[in-house]
Amino acid sequence: MKPVQTVVEMRGITKRFPGIIANDNINLVVKKGEIHALLGENGAGKSTLMNVLFGLYQPEEGEILINEKPVKITSPSVANDLGIGMVHQHFMLVEKFTVTENIVLGNEPKSGLQIDMQSAIKAVEKLSNQYGLKVDPRAKIEDISVGMQQRVEILKTLYRGADILIFDEPTAVLTPQEIVELIEIMHNLVKEGKTIILITHKLKEIMAVCDTVTIIRRGKVIDSVGVKDTNPDDLAAKMVGREVNFRVDKKEANPKEVILSVENITAMGNRGVNALNSISLEVRSGEILGIAGVDGNGQSELIEVLTGLRKASSGRVLLKGQDITNKTPRVISESGLSHIPEDRHKHGLVLDFPMSENMVLETYFHPEFNKNGFLDYAAIDKHASKLIEEFDVRTPSIHTPARALSGGNQQKAIIAREVNKDPDLLIAAQPTRGLDVGAIEFIHRRLIEQRDKGKAVLLLSLELDEIINVSDRIAVIYEGQIVGIVDAKQTDEQELGLMMSGGKRMQGGGNGE
Amino acid sequence: MNRVIAIFTKESFLVPVAAIILGLLTGAVAMLAGGFNPIQAYASLVEKVFGSSYNFGETIRQITPLIFTGLSVAFAFRTGLFNIGAEGQFIIGMIASTAVGISFDLPAYIHAPLAVIAGALAGGLWGAIAGWLKAARGVNEVITTIMLNWIALYFANYVVKAFYLQEGQQRSEMIKDSASISFAWLSQMFDSARLHWGTLLAILAAVFFYILLWKTKSGFELRAVGLNPHASEYAGMNVNRNVVNAMFVGGMFAGIGGACEILGVFHYQSIMAAQPGYGFDGIAVALIGGNTPLGVILGAILFGMLTFGAAGMKFGAGVPVELIRVVISSVIFFVAAHGIVKFFIKPLLQKKEGGN
Ligand SMILES: Nc1ncnc2c1ncn2[C@@H]1O[C@H](COP(=O)(O)OP(=O)(O)OP(=O)(O)O)[C@@H](O)[C@H]1O
Ligand SMILES: [Mg+2]
Repeated sequence: MKPVQTVVEMRGITKRFPGIIANDNINLVVKKGEIHALLGENGAGKSTLMNVLFGLYQPEEGEILINEKPVKITSPSVANDLGIGMVHQHFMLVEKFTVTENIVLGNEPKSGLQIDMQSAIKAVEKLSNQYGLKVDPRAKIEDISVGMQQRVEILKTLYRGADILIFDEPTAVLTPQEIVELIEIMHNLVKEGKTIILITHKLKEIMAVCDTVTIIRRGKVIDSVGVKDTNPDDLAAKMVGREVNFRVDKKEANPKEVILSVENITAMGNRGVNALNSISLEVRSGEILGIAGVDGNGQSELIEVLTGLRKASSGRVLLKGQDITNKTPRVISESGLSHIPEDRHKHGLVLDFPMSENMVLETYFHPEFNKNGFLDYAAIDKHASKLIEEFDVRTPSIHTPARALSGGNQQKAIIAREVNKDPDLLIAAQPTRGLDVGAIEFIHRRLIEQRDKGKAVLLLSLELDEIINVSDRIAVIYEGQIVGIVDAKQTDEQELGLMMSGGKRMQGGGNGE
Repeated sequence: MNRVIAIFTKESFLVPVAAIILGLLTGAVAMLAGGFNPIQAYASLVEKVFGSSYNFGETIRQITPLIFTGLSVAFAFRTGLFNIGAEGQFIIGMIASTAVGISFDLPAYIHAPLAVIAGALAGGLWGAIAGWLKAARGVNEVITTIMLNWIALYFANYVVKAFYLQEGQQRSEMIKDSASISFAWLSQMFDSARLHWGTLLAILAAVFFYILLWKTKSGFELRAVGLNPHASEYAGMNVNRNVVNAMFVGGMFAGIGGACEILGVFHYQSIMAAQPGYGFDGIAVALIGGNTPLGVILGAILFGMLTFGAAGMKFGAGVPVELIRVVISSVIFFVAAHGIVKFFIKPLLQKKEGGN
């Protein structure tokens, strides 16, 4: 038998950014046909390393061998020629184009001077079937789900002949069902002889699909082990450098007066039909109410109505007894509501602003920072330094643009800002998406701390274990209505799963009044 | 000393300088191809600009409106808006100050400032129309500002013809002396080149631009909306109001520019057959200047020198005006295409990286 071939070897890679060594003498060996996981804390340098491999960054030191031959990967197109493809966490698709048009863009099959769309569609269809991707080549990107868009990105790399596929946190944006399907696709790819490098923070996924895992901490390789020879606790400890507690420890909730009460809210969704159908719920001081549901059952619309970004056509929202229905986001925010948005790049941060300015995005006009229309930048900087220290946001400086921070640290910064507003109600939407286990533990503790301080917390998440572990009560949303409310301690994924598919309506139906 | 070196090797400084050099080289190639002597041409450009105190003064006059329109475009751009309408705002500023300058009889210390303020407000409102259409109706500002340019041109011509026409001429009457902002004393020093207080106003406008955007609460909002309107809305800012405000301030800069041309340079308003072009050149100036106030001033100086010096190239080396436009365009092209320029200066930058 032939020994297994090494397809990627990175030797002594060092990449520096101003004020930080993102990759510090990194060695990585990937064998043909394996799924190789890269694991590490937020900001450890995983994306940077893969961007080096894909030719987006040039390392200061080190060399790369592809199929045992030394190469210089000076640009993504060189990487393409070497058979390397990358699926970024943020997709790069043209919304108005069809699936096929996106895939062949820059590589169009021609007949004469014309693009031969028919043969392009055929080629895409063939690839899609070969790997079980089930993509409709004629659909427009704007009409398909995030999960499908990701598959288009995968097809794009395959169409360009990639044999080595890099996935940067592919599952962070997927629903649980889509994750199961993606794992299947990855298995198909490997079966067909492809090699996959997978960045993920989810230890479960690593244990389920990967062969080898390389752990990076603060830019250095800590270890590279076979998945068979390790376990989640061990991996977490290696990655964070200490024991990680997966169980969420919390005291019994002590709910008091009602903080948020949503009464029969109806609101139109983007598609012109009602996304919220007379929904009602209550959150009390000192409790965490989790909202579980299959993506697209009105979760986003509910948050938008609560935060003033979407108009409700009927019903009332009361915050501490005060009517905030259809008020402006500013008024609502000032009456004691904080919000950790689901899409941190689009809604949470101004990426080109320095961290310091991002930390006062909602409070810059307060007398603390605003002196007769002029901003007190000394006060703003001091405020930012304090928050960044307190919430352990890893950034070279408070004047670094938000864009340069790793995803996890961006999220920590947003949470710092929102919690610091000392709200009565904290809405957290997918607060731990894309975070490492250490950071997840940290954020869960912060949410519970808010609860214990007597705040009301509304948690929305697609991850059922997060909902079950962190919440005190769980409301299940289905087609814009709450179909049941359960005690978090007395439920499990099966029961929730059933309710989420509209299968079982709990007695009491509405909001338990 | 090290600080100074650091500034001069900074990418933000190196790139435009390299772009200018590349542009001038490309222009030289074009001139060679056309059978002209580029060295002689550039020499006569420099000669034209710096050769006599009159011409030097006139170069400053040429630069001044470009600072205003450059600031106008840059300011809107900072809020994420593409203001193609500096031209129209400039014209409306002209006609407003002409009207005030002719119609009133006031002491100079009131009359002149009043005429400038009229130009500023008129230009600002003209810009705000496009801002309002965008905010309230979602109409793209590129389209509305272009249309407003033409409306401004014909409206101004109509006003001159209907109310202020100088008998038998294609222009308005003269404005009252009390409204003039000419700087007589300085003019004399420069051989009666048409220098005026507007140049000082332009510098002040750039300072105002900087303070407003980077020191005030409103500027914080304007920049946030420009960079990420979604996050700004989430953070409770009123995106639409900021769009209108940004277009108003942008229009105000252009409007003052127009007012200064009337009150400081011509002292009357001509019936225009075509757009004066300062607004369009302002787009290029803002681009060269990277939409920063200091950059706009430097960009306007470059642009003003090139356009004014062009006459010298024509006389000194026989280069036709069209070819001079090619030189100017090459400079803009290289500034806009950072990528290409960075490619050329890569060795320089890498050496620097190795150094520290
Ligand atoms: N373009 C950049 N400019 C400056 N610093 C950067 C840049 N890109 C990354 N960094 C820094 O390099 C470090 C590594 O970032 P990287 O994005 O590789 O982390 P990561 O391991 O992918 O983290 P996450 O899991 O949060 O995505 C971080 O400290 C980050 O702030
Ligand atoms: Mg990353």
